[in-house]
Amino acid sequence: MDGVDAGYLVLSAILFSIGAFGLLVRRNPLIMLMCVELMLNAVNLTFVAFGMMLGDLAGQVIVLFVLVVAAAEVVVGLGIIVAMSRRRPGATADDIRVLRG
Amino acid sequence: MLELAWLIPALPLVGFVVLVLAGRRLGEPAAGWLGTVMVAASFVVSCVVFAGLAANGGDPFTQTLFTWIPAGDFVVDIGLYLDPLSGVMILFVTGISALIHLYSIGYMHGDPNFSKFFIYLNLFVFSMLVLILGDNLLLTFLGWEGVGACSYLLISFWFDKPANATAGKKAFVTNRIGDWGFLVAIFMVFFTFGSLNYADILPEAGGLAQTTATFIAVMLFIGAIGKSAQLPLSVWLPDAMAGPTPVSALIHAATMVTAGVYLLSRVNPIIAASADWVPDLIAWTGAITALAAAFVAVAQNDIKKVLAYSTVEMLGFMFLAVGIGSYWTAIFLMVVHAFFKALLFLCAGSVIHGMHENQDMRVMGGLRVLMPVTFITYVAGWLSLAGIPPFSGFFGKDEILIYTFQENKALWVVGMLAAFLTAVYIGRQAFMVFFGEERWHEQMARLAVVPPGAAEQAEDEAVEALGEDATDAQVEALVASDAAAGDEVIFHPVPEGFRPHESKWHMTVPLIVLAVLSLVGGLLNLPFPKSAHFLEEWLAPVFEGSATKLTLSTGTIVIMLVVSTVVAVVGTLVAAYIWLQRRVEARRLEPALFANAWYYDAAISRFVGGPGTTAFEATATFDATVVDGAVNGVGGGVTRAGQALRETQTGYVRRYALAIGVGTLLMMAYMISRVVA
Repeated sequence: MDGVDAGYLVLSAILFSIGAFGLLVRRNPLIMLMCVELMLNAVNLTFVAFGMMLGDLAGQVIVLFVLVVAAAEVVVGLGIIVAMSRRRPGATADDIRVLRG
Repeated sequence: MLELAWLIPALPLVGFVVLVLAGRRLGEPAAGWLGTVMVAASFVVSCVVFAGLAANGGDPFTQTLFTWIPAGDFVVDIGLYLDPLSGVMILFVTGISALIHLYSIGYMHGDPNFSKFFIYLNLFVFSMLVLILGDNLLLTFLGWEGVGACSYLLISFWFDKPANATAGKKAFVTNRIGDWGFLVAIFMVFFTFGSLNYADILPEAGGLAQTTATFIAVMLFIGAIGKSAQLPLSVWLPDAMAGPTPVSALIHAATMVTAGVYLLSRVNPIIAASADWVPDLIAWTGAITALAAAFVAVAQNDIKKVLAYSTVEMLGFMFLAVGIGSYWTAIFLMVVHAFFKALLFLCAGSVIHGMHENQDMRVMGGLRVLMPVTFITYVAGWLSLAGIPPFSGFFGKDEILIYTFQENKALWVVGMLAAFLTAVYIGRQAFMVFFGEERWHEQMARLAVVPPGAAEQAEDEAVEALGEDATDAQVEALVASDAAAGDEVIFHPVPEGFRPHESKWHMTVPLIVLAVLSLVGGLLNLPFPKSAHFLEEWLAPVFEGSATKLTLSTGTIVIMLVVSTVVAVVGTLVAAYIWLQRRVEARRLEPALFANAWYYDAAISRFVGGPGTTAFEATATFDATVVDGAVNGVGGGVTRAGQALRETQTGYVRRYALAIGVGTLLMMAYMISRVVA
């Protein structure tokens, strides 16, 4: 394993941490959604990197699956965010707490 | 010809279904005719099948229609079992049912629920035939419950009167106690034999362990005393007279109540295999019931109540016969009793009809002139029940007494005493209703005699008996039971210039047919000569191995017959002396103890109202605290756990994300630690 390959993994770890940190500290739902995307793509990068390293195509195939799922997730997530902002402009993720059972 | 057997129950079933669907549209009298024709057709088929059975020499014949319950080893078929016993039963059940259907067309004339009555009657006949013809215990039980349900529906047919509805419930609940015994017996039979078919269990019964056979026999006996109104479950039958009179004749005299006797006769090998005390128990139960009921019948004033207690008494004789092992005499009495008791009830119905729905014999009298057909036919039933030769009741009852004399002298004395009282009470009824002066004009005067405030007085007495803290419901129940058992006279006001009238031909034709049958019914089995023992010969294969043989000499039998005749005649003369010639103050012979049926009803009311209620309340408390407590405790625990867990559900998305993150880290740490180790 050479330094360049390890760089991919380090980069994806950094990206994942940024995403996770953002998800935990920000309250703007849109930003939070972007953080989730960031984490997803960090994972994608890991998959591709490992796929290259191990010479296994499965890593790249899984990425395609993740992209599809992420697209679907974004549709739902943005839909919820739009509905929420229409009803209550400027609402934060914490305000959704009122939906709790 | 035997293959037609399935038609016998099917025809009344068709009648029932058609009447359910189109009864109201058919209306009166078409609905009644449909029901009658179906049952009559069933009777015709029964005759054909019976002829086929006789041609085969009475070999048992089984017809399996289809499988009812296929559940592994437990297979129950819908099948018919024809042997000499069920052959005799279907003949008289369908025959008498057809006659009573015809009678009902006249009797129920003008009733708003005319077609409903025939729905129930047809369903009853179907159930009764299933009971008789079922080839296994479960199918018999199905019919058993069916007739019980019809009995309930028909007792409370005029359910707008609370007393009728109560009587129906009483019959139903009392029968449930007996049914419990029957069900337990069925379980035990299946457990022991692995089958419920008569064809499998009856031949095997001889090889049963005595304890098992005793258990099954006693449980079936409990079922039988419930259905056949023997002590201690006899309370429902007198109250069942609240139903229309044809119902009393058909269900509560001729057919359904004999189901208990039929059941015990059917399982006679099991009784034979059980401990010696079981037949004794059956015989003594029957004899004591007969005697107790005969005493009560002497003091009743309701024309139908007399006959009801008389039915209990006659069923007691049948149980006595079963107990001493002379099964065929029980069946003999069952058949002739069906003839003459149905006749007596139908005559009573005719009288009640003619008397403007009045049932109290004290307002009747002298009816022989005004209702000649009813009177003449009634005489046949009367002399039959009293046991005067050559009427059928004489032969039926005396065969039993002869066997009893051979087996057990003490039982014979009890039986003779009951037979004497039979002649007395039925003579009393005959003389009060049909002889003497006309008394229905007195009733307005009698009404005035009832002191105002009698109802309050009865209630005060009830409160006194129960104690001050009794609830209203208990007081009411006790007043009602005292009134039901007691002396209360219900008058239906009659129009000015009222004359009792004879009934229409629908009602008189069945009377005439039954009167003829009551007269000649003894021909089924004359005591002499031996070649005239038709019924005994015919039924012998069914009871082979368990029946008692008659070993008395001819001379003894003749003496027995003479003694019986003398007792019956003396009883009748005593009745004539007291109630016709009025030489003795009759009221002294009708003490309140008998008029209230030994206060048995009141005792039950008092028991159930007092300690019984306490016990029920204790059970309810146990249920509420222990049983419900356990259930509610589990539920409450889950709820509380859920509430505790709800606290973690804050609604802050970030907190969930953190929880997921921390959880993931922990899992990773665990995995890594495993890998490293």
